[in-house]
Amino acid sequence: MNPATTDNWAQVEAAAQAALTPEIVSFIAACRAKPHPESHLIAVLHRVQEHFGYLGQAQMDAVAQLLRVPAARVSGVATFYHYFRLQPRGRFMINVCMGTACYVKGADRVAARFREELGIDFGQTTTDGQFSLHDAACLGTCGLAPVVMINDKVYPRVTPDQVPGLLESLTAPAPA
Amino acid sequence: MSSELVRLTIDGNAVQVPTGTTIAKAAERVGIRIPTLCYHPYLSVPGACRVCIVDVRDIGHHMAACSTEVWEGMEVVTNTPVLRQARRDIVELILDNHPRDCQTCERDGNCELQNLAYALGVRERLFEGQRKDYPCDTRGVAVVREPNKCILCGRCIRMCAEVQNVHNLSQHGRGFRTVVTPAHGAGMDESVCIQCGQCVAVCPTAALLEQSHTERVWKALADPDLHVVVQTAPAIRATLAEGFGAPPGRATTGRMVAALRLLGFDVVFDTVFGADLTIVEEAHELLTRLKAGGPLPMLTSCSPAWINYLEKFYPQLIPHASTCRSPMTMTSVLTRTYYAEQRGLRPEQIYMVAVMPCVAKKYEAARPEHRDAQGRPYTDAVLTTRELIWMLKAAGIDLWALDNVDLSAYPNEHFDAPLGIATGAGTIFGATGGVTEATLRTAAVQLTGDPQARVEFRETRGVPGLREFDVTLGDRTLHVGIANGTGNASELLELVVRGERTFHVLEMMACPGGCVGGAGQPYPPRALRSHLDSLLQLRAETLYELDGQSEHRRSHENPAVRTLYREYLGQPGSPKAHELLHTHYRAQLPRGIA
Repeated sequence: MNPATTDNWAQVEAAAQAALTPEIVSFIAACRAKPHPESHLIAVLHRVQEHFGYLGQAQMDAVAQLLRVPAARVSGVATFYHYFRLQPRGRFMINVCMGTACYVKGADRVAARFREELGIDFGQTTTDGQFSLHDAACLGTCGLAPVVMINDKVYPRVTPDQVPGLLESLTAPAPA
Repeated sequence: MSSELVRLTIDGNAVQVPTGTTIAKAAERVGIRIPTLCYHPYLSVPGACRVCIVDVRDIGHHMAACSTEVWEGMEVVTNTPVLRQARRDIVELILDNHPRDCQTCERDGNCELQNLAYALGVRERLFEGQRKDYPCDTRGVAVVREPNKCILCGRCIRMCAEVQNVHNLSQHGRGFRTVVTPAHGAGMDESVCIQCGQCVAVCPTAALLEQSHTERVWKALADPDLHVVVQTAPAIRATLAEGFGAPPGRATTGRMVAALRLLGFDVVFDTVFGADLTIVEEAHELLTRLKAGGPLPMLTSCSPAWINYLEKFYPQLIPHASTCRSPMTMTSVLTRTYYAEQRGLRPEQIYMVAVMPCVAKKYEAARPEHRDAQGRPYTDAVLTTRELIWMLKAAGIDLWALDNVDLSAYPNEHFDAPLGIATGAGTIFGATGGVTEATLRTAAVQLTGDPQARVEFRETRGVPGLREFDVTLGDRTLHVGIANGTGNASELLELVVRGERTFHVLEMMACPGGCVGGAGQPYPPRALRSHLDSLLQLRAETLYELDGQSEHRRSHENPAVRTLYREYLGQPGSPKAHELLHTHYRAQLPRGIA
């Protein structure tokens, strides 16, 4: 046996590169050239999510190999921060504000209705890829509580009964 | 640490300690052991659990004794009603979301959380807290996880990262939903885990345990059609007594053998025989490589977690590993072949149990490389020292009570021939540096041609994790490195990879202290934590003492090994020896990042 036959780095590196984009691969290489490359982990993960819409296992493992940060650290960081998504995002990103003001005004009942109508829990996406449901800590518009944000649009003073109509209006074909 | 002294008082007692000493360590100087939970002397200090809080004059809040360094004139108070209540509250809160199954828990009686709750005076459970409801990861071939019993102290994470340089475990999620798992919540066997089990050794509760093999051994012992053979690793005789209340450092070879017979094993073999055989093969391999010019350094191969580390973290160096199977597997293979033929037994009648100080041996036994042509593992079951202690207790066998028992009904307290005949050289395999010393004893004779060549190589002894020295045998000088703990191993490997040092032999053991500090060894007595150098030293000295008393102290002088070569294997390194005693390794995924 010789080292060339037992070393698998070339395959591991190629697989890691294939799981990412050339831009992200060179961004990681640039991070590696700086002191404390591991401190750039979150910046790298942001780029991955920006491109892929979420952090898949293959992408996280690829980041681990190329940035030389243990995979458990990468997935630990990814699961700690609310901002990082581990599943693909739906076409409509529904953020139900669960901040104090919204909660007092019944956000939990609004959230329950969304879960019921969509058949998914927080952090999940419907199987048709249309809706993702998330809870937000505070969207900063407490005067409009309870607040729901769908993609970039804010919906004020939402009641549970409005939820089915709201969902229908999103997927309804646009008026000609 | 500076030698400058700091004066302070602890509960009114004046004490002087060097700058940089923590309050907890200073308190030990006046005989006060402040309770701790997340703290572990071998690991970094996170100061996370706050169980060790004390009061310091003029400081408005409690301070963590494990992580706060003393200062000049400090006045520490460790014992007030408020402090006792606060510590108790902290532990009660942990208990509030901990399963209430102490009586059926594997750690009942030696759980640090249970001991702490008792010591702090928790006598009732006031609140019913929210429970965790994670699935148990019982799939691991060597290590199983029970996250519902995890108290998030982080010792396993720190052990895996700081000492083993594996970084397999991390906290995932946050807040109450935080859970310690490998990357992506994968099972241990799908992760970068090297199966060393050191996470099990430092876990204060039963959140991490070895995969149990006791049930299958009970079943085999009860089966009249099976010829049940047991072998015990060198390090077991140095630690088994601890499980029966003896202080560390008491050897129990004879009683252990008698106890195994009482338990019902048909034959008791000694893994030390396999160790002697390993030495003869490995010394032959080393001399062949020295003549051929490589590949050097030769890396030892008896520690399965170390081998797994090599395969996952340094696959480019796999050709350097000795091809010798471990002493355990050599003994198992020869039991199913050589011994079976001698006794006229069919190989499938033999049930092979190995008692190991090791969690990773369960993994080694299951590896495809160590199975027979029918796919059956050569070693059917691997019991840790802890598992054997429990089995003996379950069967009512008290190691000390054997003193007063008439054992004449049993053949003897000696291992059975032929695979129970062993030398002192094989015995010291259980301590870090022991494999090297045993190899040097045999290599010295072969390189100098003097059968009485040097027998003791004291430079190999001691528990530090990283050692390096030159040894001259005849006209050759060998540069030897010894590492225990895979973090230390990787330091030596980095020197090799970067071409900064030319070693001839590297002895690598995955566990701190070698097998005496193996992850399957008894949890230490309450006053001693695992991995304290003093504990490892005591266990190691026991093995060196046994070596000193041995009739034969060089592996190649083992009469049973000589007979084996004469009757069965031919020469060391012969085709038959290769077929039975050697193996090969390969890169394994996921690739580790250290």
